[in-house]
Amino acid sequence: MTKLKTILLAGLILFLLFLPTFAGKYLLYMTIHILILSVFALGFNLLLGYTGLLSFGQAGFFAMGAYASAKILLVFPSLLAGMVAGMVAGGIAALILGYLCVRHTRIYFSMLTLCFGMMIYSIAWKWRDVTGGDDGLVGIPRAPFQIPGVFSINMESMGNYYYFVLIISLIAIYVLYRIVNSPFGLTLKGIRDSENRVAFAGISIRNYRLLSFTLAGLYAGLAGSFVPPLENTVTPPLAHWTQSAEPVMVTLLGGIHTFSGPIVGSILFYLIKDIIVRYTQYWLIWFGSIVVFLVLVFRGGIVIFFTERIWPLLKSASEK
Amino acid sequence: MFEKLIFQSLIGLSFSMYLWLLAAGLTLVFGVLGVLNFAHGSLFMLGAYATFTLYGKLGINFWLSIALSLISVGIIGAILERLFIRRIYDIDLAYQLILTFGFILIFDDLVKMIWGGVAMIPPMPHFFEGNLSIFGRPFPIYNVFIIFAGIAVAIALWLILEKTWWGRMIRASASDREMASAIGINIPILFTTVFVFAAMLAALGGALGTPVRVVAPGIGTAMIIQAFVITVIGGLGNLKGAFVGALIVGILTSFGILLFPVFELFIIFVVMAIVLMVKPEGLFGK
Repeated sequence: MTKLKTILLAGLILFLLFLPTFAGKYLLYMTIHILILSVFALGFNLLLGYTGLLSFGQAGFFAMGAYASAKILLVFPSLLAGMVAGMVAGGIAALILGYLCVRHTRIYFSMLTLCFGMMIYSIAWKWRDVTGGDDGLVGIPRAPFQIPGVFSINMESMGNYYYFVLIISLIAIYVLYRIVNSPFGLTLKGIRDSENRVAFAGISIRNYRLLSFTLAGLYAGLAGSFVPPLENTVTPPLAHWTQSAEPVMVTLLGGIHTFSGPIVGSILFYLIKDIIVRYTQYWLIWFGSIVVFLVLVFRGGIVIFFTERIWPLLKSASEK
Repeated sequence: MFEKLIFQSLIGLSFSMYLWLLAAGLTLVFGVLGVLNFAHGSLFMLGAYATFTLYGKLGINFWLSIALSLISVGIIGAILERLFIRRIYDIDLAYQLILTFGFILIFDDLVKMIWGGVAMIPPMPHFFEGNLSIFGRPFPIYNVFIIFAGIAVAIALWLILEKTWWGRMIRASASDREMASAIGINIPILFTTVFVFAAMLAALGGALGTPVRVVAPGIGTAMIIQAFVITVIGGLGNLKGAFVGALIVGILTSFGILLFPVFELFIIFVVMAIVLMVKPEGLFGK
């Protein structure tokens, strides 16, 4: 990492840490959503950008995490328990379904994940006894962050909950950063670029893909588990395939071949949404147009566009 | 029991035909242009809205309304292909899906803006009113018409692709784009016509559904996933496979609703997943 990048990163983290001191409730709420989408999309990009597999069913795991966390919170009010339940649910579901999916690649992988995602959607929608059907689960408490008998921090205020999501997200992002830069991450990239060569090196491609898929599911579950305490409800549309398109979209917006791409994409997504919604309720027309434009013009993603085009320009200008 | 089986299959068959009209265009565009078009369901929706407006609101003759809807959606298809789809022939699948997904967002909201978000069903044309009696159960005449229309389209498609000059050009460029271009086929124009044709097939599906199915924003997104999986089950780019796939999914749906009303959607996706896992190249794939 260059010196400048470190300074930028430190600045961003400091900004996020001090945000509640001057920001209103709405901004905190939006930032939590950005963090949720970032974690979700980063996990997804481990699959797309690093392993070369396009999953169109990630919302299924996201919803698994959300429902599992909601279920736990309804009976046992501990934020930590809900979070762990969400991660475990997303991870285990991804492990099982991934075992069936990773035998296939390209379009067949995408279609298979799409199918499994929609299966989870149909369960959430129809299994009324457990999931509440199309009403979803309601009245989920924003439970305190506690280990009974040891400590307990109230999470009722938006500021406190913001810190919870922020710190867990930062840890999750750091862990993922270490993962993609580890030998494991390099192997995944190797599989993406040349499946045969990696196989000839004696590496089980399937196992690596499965692990990558499981991690992506785990991150989706974690991101999902942040939703119920924030919104106090979970509903089936969380699992719908159009929701699966969200991480795909923000990842492509930000750029798939950079680690920070999904984060930048998530920020842009909410920023664009927030600005357009002020002027028209039909914001999707404009957002759709932006997506089309970006695919046609900035296919590498915003981050690459910035680092490869704008950055050298600024550099050469300052050197003169 | 046997009678019930037949009756339920007929109900499923009529639903299959909408899926077939949607899947036919999807698989054709993929087979020839190499583009997987998420927005194909939106063209289906636009066909439904156009017919709803012309026939349901303005009271224009049913057949004329359908014809006009096909033409207008065809024009939209031509614009789409010329300006956007053409630029994504050779790019990665993920980007194709996202670009066309962008159009889903645009069309869905555009429809909400113009027609409002309320679900609507226009009246049935009077010559299709009434029921046939099949094994003593009422079966809508309109469904019989849909089944015949779907089959007629299948036969027409087969004839067009096998017997006409245009069909031969399509098959030639589907199997080898460069070679076809070398022997003088104008590929860009051919591709536009194929896309327009596919758009009109989707619009026909939507248009035919207007008197019996709900016209609402989102009917395209609801159907497109099933149509997607049908094209994969049938073998990507394979029309015969798409037809059989549509029959399987349609009939399965109608039995699913009857036998497992709660998990009908779930079962369909299970079947789709099994086909994908066991025979990913599709039932009729090479």
